[in-house]
Amino acid sequence: MFATEREQLEQDIETFAAIYGNERSALISILQEVQRKHKHVSQYAMQVIAHVLDIHPVEVYSVVSFYHFLSEEPKGQYVISLSDCVAHNADAKRALARQLQNDLGIGFGETSSDGRFTLEKIGCIGMCDQGPVLRVNGRIYTEVTADRVGGLICDCASDIPSGSICDIGESI
Amino acid sequence: MKSSVVSKLTFEQVDPDVGLRSAIDSSPEKIIQTVLDSGLRGRGGGAFPVGRKWQVSRSVQAPQKYVVCNAAEGEPGSFKDRAILSGYAQLVFEGMTIAALAVGAQRGIMYLRGEYGYMAAHMESVLAARRKSGLLGKNILGKKGVHFDIKIQLGEGAYVCGQETALIEFLEGHRGEPRNRPPYPAVSGYRGCPTVVQNVETWAWVTCVMARGASWFKNLGTDESPGLKLFSVSGDCKRPGVYEFQLGLSIAELLDVVGGEDAKGVQVGGASGTMIPQSQFRRKIAFEDLPYGGAVFILGEHRDMLEVAGNYLEFFTKESCGQCTPCREGTRKLLDGVNQLREGRCRALYLEQLISLGKTIQMASKCGLGQSSPQAFLSIVEHYREELMGRVRIDE
Repeated sequence: MFATEREQLEQDIETFAAIYGNERSALISILQEVQRKHKHVSQYAMQVIAHVLDIHPVEVYSVVSFYHFLSEEPKGQYVISLSDCVAHNADAKRALARQLQNDLGIGFGETSSDGRFTLEKIGCIGMCDQGPVLRVNGRIYTEVTADRVGGLICDCASDIPSGSICDIGESI
Repeated sequence: MKSSVVSKLTFEQVDPDVGLRSAIDSSPEKIIQTVLDSGLRGRGGGAFPVGRKWQVSRSVQAPQKYVVCNAAEGEPGSFKDRAILSGYAQLVFEGMTIAALAVGAQRGIMYLRGEYGYMAAHMESVLAARRKSGLLGKNILGKKGVHFDIKIQLGEGAYVCGQETALIEFLEGHRGEPRNRPPYPAVSGYRGCPTVVQNVETWAWVTCVMARGASWFKNLGTDESPGLKLFSVSGDCKRPGVYEFQLGLSIAELLDVVGGEDAKGVQVGGASGTMIPQSQFRRKIAFEDLPYGGAVFILGEHRDMLEVAGNYLEFFTKESCGQCTPCREGTRKLLDGVNQLREGRCRALYLEQLISLGKTIQMASKCGLGQSSPQAFLSIVEHYREELMGRVRIDE
């Protein structure tokens, strides 16, 4: 990491601590902000946060390693998660999984070499009646079929993440 | 998004803020008495009487008390809380405000699971509207000295945080590991203060009870499980979605309504629930019979029971907090056993050992997650054994 990146990270953490406070209970809010901005919580970030909150770095690590949404490795710009909900049609889910791997050229749990996409599986996200379901950076796409994967990825590539597929992110 | 709500909901018909207005004109003791009289039990799965929890919290002297909404809805197969939050969040916040009046709390927190982060903006806008109308904030409805406000805390992905003490650990910035109880959160919860934690649906029913009266609710359902309940129905049926039923409904009656008469089994209570075979479809969904977390997953003839058991066990191996050995190691062993069964290379003797292990996990785990993790596996092995043994591998 270049010195400037480190400085940027330190500055961000100071800013977040100014918003959420230096108390122990501010830890998760600060981690959420760091994850959002930097796409991961690096070991260096953990040390800086520990210093700011006056706790041991291993305490920060224990929290980061516990929660699924906090990651130690950088995630892609678009995190595409396939819901593994058992209620969804198994064949449709398998087809979708395969097409995602075909179109992205990566397997589940991997990030593309250009840092653009991460593909992963997640558990049930409360859309059991409308599967198969994809989650792209917090947006939910319901009743997704394998033939729509190409379009979805094109939308991401051209930075139109809302896309044409059923999107409830803002319409609720 | 298409609406998940299929049946007509009481939440649709109840007048907003009637319950809160009647609560504010009443005394804390009377509010608690109304909730006690209604017989309302927690709708998250624990089924603890709501009024009793409030009584305890009210009786504790403390400078600060908290009211928490558990919107973790992590149970695979459950989505009724999502439907409530997207359509009736105001009822949830109203219920929390009523409890705040009853126990003497000034601060409320909604723990919203990270997966529902897309609803956070909507929640904030409902809260803002309530503040503007004087239903939240300082001097609620013009009553001097009555202050209460609610903040949203977004989760970071952890099923175990649906357990109330783990949820509090999260709110305090720790790993979401369940605490030993007692003390119960109603006595000592968030930051050591009395904390009333209820599920999303419970809060909405509190509002309905205050608006319509205890006897209206008490007269519905069964004696031991009064009232109405929402159900998340998914799987192999004609009309999946969210339904409202009186408690005490039988599985067969439910299947009839949702169009799932041909089911070969029904998983009641999500991943931590139990598989009910056809021979038991007369059983009732109520506190005194089947657990009623509200997740109903219907399995048609073509479903592979081992795929279901494997899916749930995989879920538990990922979600175990790792604190206690039976859950952390036991669920892995069971999953490995299910995989052996799927590949057709499990000895009958080993299956017996797995059953024994499952029972040990139920007995020896510290929290509800661990205790319930082998339940689906055990019920599937009990009722569908003829499907499980001597499988032929696909590549053979």
